[in-house]
Amino acid sequence: MSAREIARAVRAGERSARGVVEESLAAIAERDGEVHAFLLVTGDEARSAADAIDAAVADGRDPGPLAGVPVALKDNLCTKGIPTTCASRILEGWRPPYDATVVTRLRRAGAVVVGKTNLDEFAMGSSTENSCAGPTRHPADPSRVPGGSSGGSAAAVAAGFVPLALGSDTGGSVRQPAALCGTVGVKPTYGAVSRYGLVAFASSLDQIGPLAASVEDAALLLEVIAGHDPLDSTSIAQAAPEVTASLDVGVAGLRVGVCDELVEGTAPDVVARVQQAADALVDAGAHVTRVSVPEMRYGLSAYYLIAPAEASSNLARYDGVRYGLRVPASDVAAMNVATRTAGFGPEVKRRIMLGTYALSAGYYDAYYAKAQRVRTLLIEAFSRAYEQVDVLLGATAPTTAFPIGERVDDPMAMYMSDVCTIPSNLAGHPAISVPFGTGDDGLPVGVQVLAPALEEARMFQAAAAIERAAPAPGSGTK
Amino acid sequence: MSEQSATLGREDVAHVASLARLALTDEELDRFTVQLARVIDHARDVAALDVAEVEPTSHPVPMRNVLRPDVVGECLGRHEVLAAAPECEDGRFKVPRVIGEAP
Amino acid sequence: MSGPSTGWEIVVGLEVHCELQTKTKLFCACPNAFGDEPNTNVCPVCLGLPGSLPVLNEQAVELAMRIGAALHCEVRSSSFHRKNYFYPDMPKDYQISQYDQPINVGGYLELPDGSRVGIVRAHIEEDTGKTSHRGESGRIHSADYALVDYNRSGVPLVEIVTEPDIRSAAQARAFVAELRGVLVAAEASDARMEEGSLRIDANVSVRAEGTEQLGTRCEIKNLNSLRSLGLAIEHEAARQVAVIDAGGRVVQETRHWDEQGGRTVPLRSKEEAFDYRYFPEPDLVPLDPDADWKARAAAGVGMLPAERRARLAALVGSPTSQQTDQLQAAVDQGLDDLVVAAVEAGAPAGLALVRAVNELAVDLVAARALDPGSFAALLQLEESGALSPTQAKTVLATLRDAGGGDPGAIARSKGFEALAEATLEGVVRDVVDAHPDEWARYLAGDDKLAGFFTGQVMKATSGKANGKAVAGALRRLRG
Repeated sequence: MSAREIARAVRAGERSARGVVEESLAAIAERDGEVHAFLLVTGDEARSAADAIDAAVADGRDPGPLAGVPVALKDNLCTKGIPTTCASRILEGWRPPYDATVVTRLRRAGAVVVGKTNLDEFAMGSSTENSCAGPTRHPADPSRVPGGSSGGSAAAVAAGFVPLALGSDTGGSVRQPAALCGTVGVKPTYGAVSRYGLVAFASSLDQIGPLAASVEDAALLLEVIAGHDPLDSTSIAQAAPEVTASLDVGVAGLRVGVCDELVEGTAPDVVARVQQAADALVDAGAHVTRVSVPEMRYGLSAYYLIAPAEASSNLARYDGVRYGLRVPASDVAAMNVATRTAGFGPEVKRRIMLGTYALSAGYYDAYYAKAQRVRTLLIEAFSRAYEQVDVLLGATAPTTAFPIGERVDDPMAMYMSDVCTIPSNLAGHPAISVPFGTGDDGLPVGVQVLAPALEEARMFQAAAAIERAAPAPGSGTK
Repeated sequence: MSEQSATLGREDVAHVASLARLALTDEELDRFTVQLARVIDHARDVAALDVAEVEPTSHPVPMRNVLRPDVVGECLGRHEVLAAAPECEDGRFKVPRVIGEAP
Repeated sequence: MSGPSTGWEIVVGLEVHCELQTKTKLFCACPNAFGDEPNTNVCPVCLGLPGSLPVLNEQAVELAMRIGAALHCEVRSSSFHRKNYFYPDMPKDYQISQYDQPINVGGYLELPDGSRVGIVRAHIEEDTGKTSHRGESGRIHSADYALVDYNRSGVPLVEIVTEPDIRSAAQARAFVAELRGVLVAAEASDARMEEGSLRIDANVSVRAEGTEQLGTRCEIKNLNSLRSLGLAIEHEAARQVAVIDAGGRVVQETRHWDEQGGRTVPLRSKEEAFDYRYFPEPDLVPLDPDADWKARAAAGVGMLPAERRARLAALVGSPTSQQTDQLQAAVDQGLDDLVVAAVEAGAPAGLALVRAVNELAVDLVAARALDPGSFAALLQLEESGALSPTQAKTVLATLRDAGGGDPGAIARSKGFEALAEATLEGVVRDVVDAHPDEWARYLAGDDKLAGFFTGQVMKATSGKANGKAVAGALRRLRG
């Protein structure tokens, strides 16, 4: 049942929120031992929240647009009084004294939080293998990764545990697992959704985004979480974009550019699906052309300088003084070292060191400063492309879901998983991954629609058309 | 050494680990050096670009003057604050002795 | 202990951190308050909790711009950077500060002696929490553990950095005293060194007199009073001269002023070289105040100490060096408004200044509240000779304690009725007759005896006689 349908039925008194939540909790209890999408299931809190919604409906009050809809939260979103670990030992036992803005907005909209989902530690990774609690498995093939870093949220939606989940997307961490798991994943315009309460990885790139089984549900969720928040200085001073209204508009006359850089180097079965999606858009009345944004080729390098640099600073605070893990030592500096050495996993250490290097004296100008200038070049290149087309189309990830363990010892190979998603983060633009059939291995493929800043409506317009044309699950590419 | 031939070495990794308050074993130092050098090598394409005339972007969506009125809001309760502390005493966070002063 | 031996010149630049007197902290809505219970004025932002984000306090920016205007700086578009280093009282393990784009650049402060100290910059940054070292001796290096309070974490600071224009410990003290006056006038900071709302680091070097090249400097931290500032500079300069005289070289380092030992000591060397890895703070956006806002901020600066001194100097005419000291004291003590108002009400300026800084300064709070009209009326009685200086001071004390009143009535109630001229002549004559030898010597030209006769007349009249009137009577008798 879709989130929209659940909310409608609950608001109408046709279904109880409690019943919906019990179904969700039962599904999790039945299958999450295998999938391991959740780090924590908050059954008691969910049940009492559901009861409160049912009481509101009984009283004739409207619980909101997501009434009774079970939602899973990536465990880097702060939840008051509920452990928030970022899948890191260093935050073991920490219970935030406050809710993230998106969590507050979800509750206000009547959504019911059923648990916190697994992720790569501090959202650093593309497979959800870098979790102190162990990996999440792909719901369709437990030997494979669900993608990452929001792999727990993507798997929770793909496994049917919840209709909606939130993830965070710094270099593709919502879209790439969405593509690999066969769900919809959205990275909104930078600043469209408040970051307040999202544990920071790379502050100038991070955005919270919806994962859902359908484009419509993703749109519904985005409308609830987006909109100005005075607690985030980078929050855009605008109301949430009205994206649900654009879903049925169609794509007649829409100019779509199939972006060379977003299909180059991707697997042939993935390229075939992108081409098929493009053809479907032509059939629906869009003008489809090929475009090139050559500056995207610098994206990966720029990203792996900027994101680790910001991360190295954002993760300094985990020092054993105020919260989380402390490994005792004779003086405070030694305690910091012992705590951080024991508390962070290898990928987090790699990125902290990489970022420290990129910012350190003598290298700042060659690396960090240059990467920020490349970002400008990329934004300008996007602007030129958007003079010719309204949206860009490409792959979300270069391959379908890969086997667990395949890339853990080769960071560079893992980093390549984000090559198609990174440019939108560097530019601050919105992008969405829409499931579009499967690859040769029978695993889901996602196609990506990119749009200029704040043009979410246009992006959803194209995404809805692609979804309507998507091959039925299990049908081949031939 | 020019930027092109600069490759991150073992001493660099040891130095940044110390700046970042991380301890590495010899084996980790070797492994991280190889891994990080690959990323830095990959970044040579960016390091080699002549972009001196290009303004850096630190915020993808340009904004300015985001301000808050000087009005007192709610603080956390001290119990709540110290509940998370690994150790506390007299309403304060307790830490092992501090060597050296703040810079 | 004095400064360096002759032949050497001290060169000092100061870094002054002043806490802004906003209601809330720089990046969150917690109260900016001193002296509360530890860890009560804290929230996720100033505790640096994961997920929290800073939002800039508008009033802090306004006060920073006021300081810029008061120091004749150019107020510019600015941005924030992160300064990365680990320290337990810094909750994020980075400090949000302004780096290559500070809000205020290139000003100066003119000191009472007319010298000018250049201001390099005055930028906004956040304060840290407070670490108390605990253990047997109470000293940092032998402490067993430390306790951290984050109430001060995130309090807005402006760091004012001077050019190395200061040439003596006295000038450094004068600079800080004047700066305090400026900060208070701008209502930007209460500038209380004893509460830590004004904190000073001094960069000290020495060079041979007549040379231009700057010597190697040492930074001295922990100067929390004007006295410490002066002593530390003198000791540090002397130490550097001694090092050079002994054939050594001064090493650039950070030193600590040891108040008890009366010396500067090197801070324990750090295991790691500091590399702050500054980069633009991604959680904040650039600050670009428009002309209107800058003008509003500048208009918020009250009358500065220099303007106040100039205003008094203009009333006095051409001040003597003693009067220059007095008018500075009047400004420092906040009595200049009273003096100006009294002069406007008809009081003689010089006398008003003297009585303000000498007699009224005993109780500044009462003095600042004194009715200027009453003060002026009293000064007129003294000036005309109707009251003797002694009588006038007594009446003034009563006026001050009462906040004002009719000085004539107070004088009468104390029996300070001025003696009629004829009565006075009679008393003077009696005194002269009683001391014929002295009178002869006075007639012979020993003028010092005028004082003797005045004293005798005062004694005979219980102090009611006016000194000037007695002198006149003596002159007339002498013929």
